[in-house]
Amino acid sequence: MLKHLLSDDLPRSRFLTVLLVLILFGLAFAPFITSGARPLNTAATICVYIVLVASYDLLLGYTGIVSFAHTMFFGIGAYGIGLGLASAGPFWWIAFSGLLCALLLTILLALIVGLFALRVRAIFYAMITLAVASSFAVLASQLSDLTGGEDGKTFSVPALLSPSFHLFENEVFGRIIDGKVITYYLVFGVALMLFLFLLRVVNSPFGRVLQAIRENEFRAEALGYQTIYYRIAANCLAALVAALAGALMALWLRYVGPKTMLGFEVMTDILLIVVIGGMGTMYGAVVGAALFMLAQNYLKTLMLQASSALVGVPFLAEALHPDRWMLWLGVMFVVSVYCFPAGIVGKLRST
Amino acid sequence: MTATDTVASPSLSTHELTIRFGGHVAVNQVSADFYPGTLTVIVGPNGAGKTTYFNLISGQLAATTGTVRLFGNDITRLGAAKRTRLGIGRAFQLTNLFPNLTVLENVRLAVQSRAGIGMNMFSLWSAHTGLLDRAEHFLERVALMDRRASTVAALSHGDKRKLEVAILLALEPKILMFDEPTAGMSVDEVPVVLELIHQVKVERNLTILLVEHKMDVVRSLADRIIVLHNGQLVADGEPAAVIASPIVQEAYLGTGATADV
Ligand SMILES: Nc1ncnc2c1ncn2[C@@H]1O[C@H](COP(=O)(O)OP(=O)(O)OP(=O)(O)O)[C@@H](O)[C@H]1O
Ligand SMILES: [Mg+2]
Repeated sequence: MLKHLLSDDLPRSRFLTVLLVLILFGLAFAPFITSGARPLNTAATICVYIVLVASYDLLLGYTGIVSFAHTMFFGIGAYGIGLGLASAGPFWWIAFSGLLCALLLTILLALIVGLFALRVRAIFYAMITLAVASSFAVLASQLSDLTGGEDGKTFSVPALLSPSFHLFENEVFGRIIDGKVITYYLVFGVALMLFLFLLRVVNSPFGRVLQAIRENEFRAEALGYQTIYYRIAANCLAALVAALAGALMALWLRYVGPKTMLGFEVMTDILLIVVIGGMGTMYGAVVGAALFMLAQNYLKTLMLQASSALVGVPFLAEALHPDRWMLWLGVMFVVSVYCFPAGIVGKLRST
Repeated sequence: MTATDTVASPSLSTHELTIRFGGHVAVNQVSADFYPGTLTVIVGPNGAGKTTYFNLISGQLAATTGTVRLFGNDITRLGAAKRTRLGIGRAFQLTNLFPNLTVLENVRLAVQSRAGIGMNMFSLWSAHTGLLDRAEHFLERVALMDRRASTVAALSHGDKRKLEVAILLALEPKILMFDEPTAGMSVDEVPVVLELIHQVKVERNLTILLVEHKMDVVRSLADRIIVLHNGQLVADGEPAAVIASPIVQEAYLGTGATADV
């Protein structure tokens, strides 16, 4: 049963299994084992990024396609649902129609980019996606009447999901079950399903063809697979899942803006996570996203504690000053890529 | 179409097939018909255009002029994938596999292509047990069952060549093209592959094209020999006659090699 749910693709490493179970339980019970808004926010971001990075892994890790347009699709999903709710009011049907429009635009763009650009050499494809994604981000900031420009837009969500909604009078395990908690479980549930869906796709006959294309496209073609169609299909599928992840992000933040949804930092985060976690493994997205988001959100706090504990120690207190957190994050990446060239999952599986 | 018709009409034919690379004509006006149940060996010195001729037939290269016909249908403009699905199978001279997938996965990809379920995204790869059995059947035929779970990158050269043959058989093509299948194999592995080609030939009514340098192999397997030289077809006929012809003695074997033929 579990084997079937995981599409016969088990972690194949005891330590990885433990890590995955920990992450699953941490995310599943996040509202009750933490308190306050910040940890829940981190948990929701992890859920969204697991899906976003896993869908990118389908492209990069499984098919060998380098694309920089993944944030564009993430953004389309976010803006679709966000602008819908912002302009037409907080109703479920608005949310769904906004999402539907976003998914249609996503598939259209993914098809066009794929049809025109996937025939060319990999490096040109990467550059074309970069150009398209940058133009899209500029467009989103320029159309400020519609999108709110650089500031983005905040919006209200349907009543069930809004913070003022309380499911019960009393607290449950120390947490009031408000709309925010309900939204969290919506994000968690959808993210879990999307991840399991992607795990199935990569372990399907289709998924094996994608791997064959990554390994040796010429030979895949000689076996009778018209690889261009497989690449386009993978591109569309990854884009659709990224758009869904974007919609979840928007729903969680009740905000859409170019920096959070379309910014190039989002793209670099995805790339870092997929490399750190381990390409072509799917589970790498889970481990990578969890570690990355925890580091990004808590490194500063940890450093503040460390540097105040070490106050007076001449060099260390300075080096661990919270303002240097980016530096340390960078150091962590370099070290992890150096030590685990096949990513964390690759490393765990090989030992 | 009656049985006699099938025998009479060629399964594969090339008509004035030509490809130019800049000024160099690698295959020059080659016309030949191939018939089911016949094994044709293609010989010629290095750089004669044998592999390029294969590439034109199986679609890796597009002809500059001329046509390729499969069972009477013009396939000159079709891509490699379409030609494979129409029944042209090809084993490559330089080993050309999926290095990080397992031996079994490599063969299964061929079986799956034949079954036409490559676009199936929602079923489990491992649940298609029928395909798995077929893949194992072909691995058995080349005596690679014990290596099924190892990655291709870990195989010896000889095993890779055998896997190349298993993949070709797994496509169940009507036209089988082997490009020096035994090149670089150790002496004791060569008979396994040759015996297999021989079996395939007697079992089914298939059209087989084989590029081979080893003269003993040529003589034991060939029903017909074609000689390519500088991209041109210079001899075509019964093995004994072709081997004895002056043009082969001179162009391919070199005058000095006459003695050991
Ligand atoms: N893609 C290409 N571009 C340019 N020249 C090519 C290309 N492919 C083949 N050639 C040239 O065509 C000629 C024929 O090469 P081919 O590989 O067909 O020879 P071959 O008969 O298979 O030789 P061998 O016995 O060494 O395998 C060679 O001169 C080669 O350099
Ligand atoms: Mg050759």
